[in-house]
Amino acid sequence: MATPAHSTTPADLTNSADIDPTVQDSTQSAMKALAHAAYDSKVEGNVIFTRVDAAINWMRKNSLWPMPMGLACCAIELMATASSRFDISRFGAEVMRFSPRQSDVMIVAGTVTYKMALAVKRVWDQMPDPKWCIAMGACASSGGMYRSYAVLQGIDQLLPVDVYISGCPPRPEALIEGLMKLQRKIDGEESVRELKTDPSLAN
Amino acid sequence: MNAQDAAQQVLDQFSNAKSHEFRGEHTITIALDELRPVMEFCHKELGLNFLIDASSVDNMGSEPRFEVVYELATVDDSVHLRVKAPVAEDQEVPTVSDLWATADWHEREIYDMMGIRFDGHPDLRRILMWEGYPYHPLRKEFPLAGKPSEMPDVASTGVAPMEGGPFVTSAGADDRVKAEPRAR
Repeated sequence: MATPAHSTTPADLTNSADIDPTVQDSTQSAMKALAHAAYDSKVEGNVIFTRVDAAINWMRKNSLWPMPMGLACCAIELMATASSRFDISRFGAEVMRFSPRQSDVMIVAGTVTYKMALAVKRVWDQMPDPKWCIAMGACASSGGMYRSYAVLQGIDQLLPVDVYISGCPPRPEALIEGLMKLQRKIDGEESVRELKTDPSLAN
Repeated sequence: MNAQDAAQQVLDQFSNAKSHEFRGEHTITIALDELRPVMEFCHKELGLNFLIDASSVDNMGSEPRFEVVYELATVDDSVHLRVKAPVAEDQEVPTVSDLWATADWHEREIYDMMGIRFDGHPDLRRILMWEGYPYHPLRKEFPLAGKPSEMPDVASTGVAPMEGGPFVTSAGADDRVKAEPRAR
């Protein structure tokens, strides 16, 4: 490998005779401090430069752990999405966790009755931040065909929804499309800035 | 024994019972105070050991208002007999959960949805809606969209937007588009 042009060592600089001695001292200590960061050709290819936001978002969006909130027939399509024919693991979201404490994205798949609504909310509240929500299918999005006394008219009345998926039930392709939409949304988030401005994380 | 024989035996035993046949299905109608003896007779003497279903009807505007309906059968399905009894709003129906264990949950459902109480039921709680829900949703005066209610930490309900619905099929229309419109 050819020696890179900027591989000047601290010794080359400090040996220059025309530098003022006081400047020479401070330069020397600075060089000592930076010595570990000096270019090392052994790590070439192992280091990339990026923004922290981009790195964090890239990691988050490619390992979304879903909380499968299967409440009706949509759950069957959710299971089909996870299995071999459609294979949601191609998008890094195959680790269905039945514990909300290990989940990033809640997939509300099915009819949310009023009797179930607070249980869904409670599971959502137990999920650690950052978390996202996919309302899968007509029922979870709007109550669907159940314009009735027993059914919550959309899970967004209880918790914030990031992606709505139409269909009754949606095909697995639609769920994967929704997941990719969510990945694009996560990619655009400013995760570090949100960390800084969140008052609960001020200390 | 077939259904006709079973119905005839009930008629012979209970002079106040009425029998009605429609397309091979036999229905016994009996006053509420004789319902329990009829059900005991069906269970013990006729051997109708299978309660397929118990349900209720709300005939709002007529007296008595409600009606309970029992579908009785034998396990080998050779006999199928329906028993009906009218129930006024302030009346309680004697339970049959000691004769057919399955009646336990059926009667709880009737109580939950229609508000008909069962005398002697071992555990008459709501079964579909939660304890404390203030309405009986299958009564005719209850709107399909529901009514608001609030039970902190248990459940709350709201009113569903009907958007011009409900879009029920109207009988006798010329074609399907008129009978089942997308909107009215």
